[in-house]
Amino acid sequence: MKEGWEVIIGMEIHAQLATETKIFCACATSFGDEPNENVCPVCLGLPGALPVLNEKVIEFGAKAALALGLNINETSVFSRKNYFYPDLPKGYQISQYDKPFSSDGTLTIMTAERDESGRAKEWKPMTIRIERMHLEEDAGKNVHEGLPETDKYSYVDLNRAGTPLGEIVTAPDFRSSWQAYDYVNHVRRVLQWVGASDADMEKGNLRCEANVSVRKIGQENFNNKVELKNLNSVRFMQKAIEFEIERQIAAHEAGEIVSQETRLWDEKNNQTRVMRSKEDAHDYRYFPEPDLQPLKITQEFIERAKSEMPELPDAMRDRFMSEYELSFNDASQIVLDKSLAEFYETTAKNSGNPRTSANFILSELTRELNNANKSASDSPVSAENLAELIKTLDAGKINNNQAKEVIVEMFASGKDAATVISEKGFEQISDTSAIEKIVDEIIKNNENQVNAYRGGNEKLFGFFVGQTMKASQGKANPKIVNEILKDKL
Amino acid sequence: MDVRKVAKLAHLEITDAEVAMFEPQMASIVAYVEQLNELDTSNVEPMLGGLTAEGEKTETARVDVPHESLGQKSALKEAPSAVGGHFQVPKVL
Ligand SMILES: [Zn+2]
Repeated sequence: MKEGWEVIIGMEIHAQLATETKIFCACATSFGDEPNENVCPVCLGLPGALPVLNEKVIEFGAKAALALGLNINETSVFSRKNYFYPDLPKGYQISQYDKPFSSDGTLTIMTAERDESGRAKEWKPMTIRIERMHLEEDAGKNVHEGLPETDKYSYVDLNRAGTPLGEIVTAPDFRSSWQAYDYVNHVRRVLQWVGASDADMEKGNLRCEANVSVRKIGQENFNNKVELKNLNSVRFMQKAIEFEIERQIAAHEAGEIVSQETRLWDEKNNQTRVMRSKEDAHDYRYFPEPDLQPLKITQEFIERAKSEMPELPDAMRDRFMSEYELSFNDASQIVLDKSLAEFYETTAKNSGNPRTSANFILSELTRELNNANKSASDSPVSAENLAELIKTLDAGKINNNQAKEVIVEMFASGKDAATVISEKGFEQISDTSAIEKIVDEIIKNNENQVNAYRGGNEKLFGFFVGQTMKASQGKANPKIVNEILKDKL
Repeated sequence: MDVRKVAKLAHLEITDAEVAMFEPQMASIVAYVEQLNELDTSNVEPMLGGLTAEGEKTETARVDVPHESLGQKSALKEAPSAVGGHFQVPKVL
């Protein structure tokens, strides 16, 4: 960023809660069905239809709120947000306004600036204020392509209308695009972790918006902020914020006014462009939804939800660092995915070697999983089997390169470690008497070299090692071979 | 009362003559409702949801189990214009 300037960013994230049915009706929330299949009088906004709240929305909402450090409010109120758009059949969205489901959270995330090549510099903790997470229904989908006369018409699919969302709003606490980037990734991960949302940006069940303004360092008041939308991936969001920082600083320095407006990220041209200006900003006229009672949450419910919370990824990372002496980077990599973290812990415990467990999981296993597009929970190599392999390696029965080869084969065939090792003939000969026999034979057959070695030509030691290994077809344990040779020569 | 603004928010087209007619009518409606301000409600909880204390006991949540939906054919039957399984509407942004 240009010297002397700072950026102020606030984030809004819409996360689809992982329910089977919509928030106020029993239509399925499934993705990818034929258009307008999963609709009913409630989500079509037909006259007389009445909303009834889905109990799972409360449960997933509570999990999400707790995972984000928010306080769950004992009473929250659904309100109507009024506006006209074809994807909103009722002419209002049922949302929450002055009494949200949860509020006043603080969340600590890990964040790092990146160098030119996108590599993280130094990871540091950062605490941000989360103002609220309220519950609301999603709108339908407007379609502008792939149907007749799209120059004259738009098309509406209401399958998504009424899907439950949690809208998570932060205070304007971010001071760089990478902080915002790390925040969104953090939210995505904890929502998946507690099972509150699939949080998949590609499927649109996690959408984010960034409010961005810049000001001179030392300036007290804020300049106009720009709302960035159409950020279809975390990377696009980060790029859009960077673009916006440059654009706004240039405008301020040229004495132009940065107007308060909504801009879209145009990924083809790598720039933001105006979607709507403040002139047609909405006046939503919120008022309490008369068809729904205020949502009451008991203390018992909150306590139970808290006690059912799993260990969150950051806590698990810190524990792995202290309990298993992993580096910050390795532990962070492992807790990127809950099933991988569970896989790791089982492997580390069963093998008794947390360090090697981390190495194999982060390199060989992760590579194989990525190639097969699988998660650790459906890995053909079980954590128990990987632990067996590590124990075999630690016992000196196979070497490191062989172990790596065995993992690949275990992954491909689904066979256990012992089977693959014997099939590949990798089992090392550690039986001292068997090796002694080979060594005796070699000493007998190489009298000249033995005499030369005993006469002081120590370089010949390697020759004997080579001969012994060759005679054992590479299976003799090199450490034992060395010991026996030294002894006998 | 800004009648034009209210009309715009409600997506209604109104003529100047209608504005002249509605302005005093709406002002008198608001003045009528404003009588409520004469009451001291500082100790009264706002009633939300429209139910009495007894009625609130009927408050319920739904189990998260899908029911059959209307399906595309029924959903689009009453639409003024439907094409390719979609509601067809005038072009929006
Ligand atoms: Zn429905």
